[in-house]
Formats: sequence, C-alpha cells, structure tokens
Amino acid sequence: MTLTAFFFYLFAILAVLFGALVITARNPVHAVLYLIVTFFNAAGLFVLLGAEFLAMLLVIVYVGAVAVLFLFVVMMLDVDFAELRAGFIKNAPVGLLVGGLVLAELIVMFAVKGFDLGIGKQLAAAAPAPGSGIANTEALGRILYTKYVYFFQGAGLVLLVAMIGAIVLTLRHKEGVKRQSISAQVNRTPATAIEVVKVAPGQAIVPSAEAQR
Amino acid sequence: MTIGLAHYLVVAACLFTLGILGIFLNRKNVIVILMSVELMLLAVNINLVAFSTYLGDLVGQVFALFVLTVAAAEAAIGLAIVVVYYRNRGSIAVEDINMMKG
Repeated sequence: MTLTAFFFYLFAILAVLFGALVITARNPVHAVLYLIVTFFNAAGLFVLLGAEFLAMLLVIVYVGAVAVLFLFVVMMLDVDFAELRAGFIKNAPVGLLVGGLVLAELIVMFAVKGFDLGIGKQLAAAAPAPGSGIANTEALGRILYTKYVYFFQGAGLVLLVAMIGAIVLTLRHKEGVKRQSISAQVNRTPATAIEVVKVAPGQAIVPSAEAQR
Repeated sequence: MTIGLAHYLVVAACLFTLGILGIFLNRKNVIVILMSVELMLLAVNINLVAFSTYLGDLVGQVFALFVLTVAAAEAAIGLAIVVVYYRNRGSIAVEDINMMKG
C-alpha cells in the first residue's frame, strides 16, 4: 500500500508541477513538451486507478496525436511569442484570485466536507470484481459495444466531422499549378483526341490549332 | 496510508485550476489557451475515472473515453482555425481576432 501511495504522490506532484510549467513556459515548444509530461503522469494515475485502457489511450491519443499536432502548429507559425507574453504579469493577480477561489471551492467541496457516494446503489454498469479474470479493457469493450454502441458511433461521427472540418479549413489550391482533372481525362473520346490527316506525297503536315493546344 | 478518492479529486482540482490560471495568464496566446483547455479536460477525465473506480461503475470510464474523443476533435479543429487565421492576418494574437465584429 505504501508503494501505491509513493507512486500516487510521484505522479500527482509531477503532473501538477509540469501543468504549472505548461502555463508559465516562455517558449511554446517547451510548453507542449511539458504538456506531454503532464499527460504521461496522468496516464500513470489512471494505471493506479485500474483504468489501464484509458491510460494507454491517453498516451496514444494525446502524446501521439494531439501533442504532436500542437508541436507542428507551434513550429509552423512564425509568431513572435515574446510579444504575446506582454501583459503576463498584469493579468496575474486577477488570474490568481479566480484560480485560488475555484481551487478553494473544489477542495472544500470534495475533500473537506465529504459526501455520500452511495457506493453500490444503482450502478449503471458494474465493474468486474477483482480476480474475476476480466481485464479492464475487456470489461470496457463489453459495455461499450453493447449498451453504449450508439454513443460509440456518435463519437466516431464527431471524429469524422472534425477530420473533414480540419481538412476543409486548411486545404488551399495554389494558383498557377497544373492539376490533374480526372473528369476531363475520363471524358476524352477518340473524336476529340485524334485528328486524322491526309498527307499528300512530298508535303509536310501543318498541325491545326486544335491539335497544337 | 491509503490513497482515497479525495486525493485524486484534489489532484484534478489542482490541474483544473492551473487550466483556468493559464487562460488568464496567457490571454494573448491562443495556442497556450488551447493547451490550458486540454489541461482542464484532463482534470475532468481524472475526476471521472476516480469516481468510476471508487464507485465500481464502468460508465465513468466510458464517459471519459467520449471526453477524450471530443478533446481530440476540439484540438484538431482549433489548431486548423489558428492556421487559417494566421494565413489571413499574419498574427495569432487574441485581440486581433475582431474580423466578425458587427
């Protein structure tokens, strides 16, 4: 149990520390790297909680996709980030005020007062008992693909719309670039593509304007 | 010593607060604001998974999965908008985003 406590405090302290570094880093590239470390530590917390599937998903989706996406965008844009940091100190007092207020409220609500969880009452989908041989991933799959299959499909639709939206937003056709026109190629017929010319003996062929095009 | 539900909730509360603070501190930098939103969504996910474990109910983890999906979609769309905006204006400062004012 002490080992669990040790790893909990390790992951928790590192997650909060690097979370603080994310918002205070001068260089946005460093901020993205700190964000990756924060997600790794959160994945460690998920493993401690027994949610192995979500932990691996966090590593794959966030570190593998979202953080790298951030990194690409930060590196692609040629922005003077030092200029964007102006007003950092000016906004700090009101930020600390609101942040401290929210933190105090959350801690008072969750930790100090305490509340009745109602453990065992009205479970929507009971987790498998420890030692029953059903892993977290399997248990999650059993309810995700049966009871929550429509939500699962909806999540897929959200991702599809996001993908199409991102492509539509960022796609641009440069002017003056020769592109392949599939429909023009497919609609070509011998009548429009071939010109039959009778060549008299000893005469040159002068291509017509149509053929030269 | 036992690690209880409250421990995880406090960690999530700290991360959520850091997200709020990040939005206040980096008011001009839309990329860091997006990262702060990701931090807040991560805190929400920690809450959901912690409750899911201590209640013995898997639905919390299913919901965390959907939150993760929406967060990924939000990051993709948000960054695409930032890229398009940079192409149009040559800047990503938040106060320059006023093209659609009435």
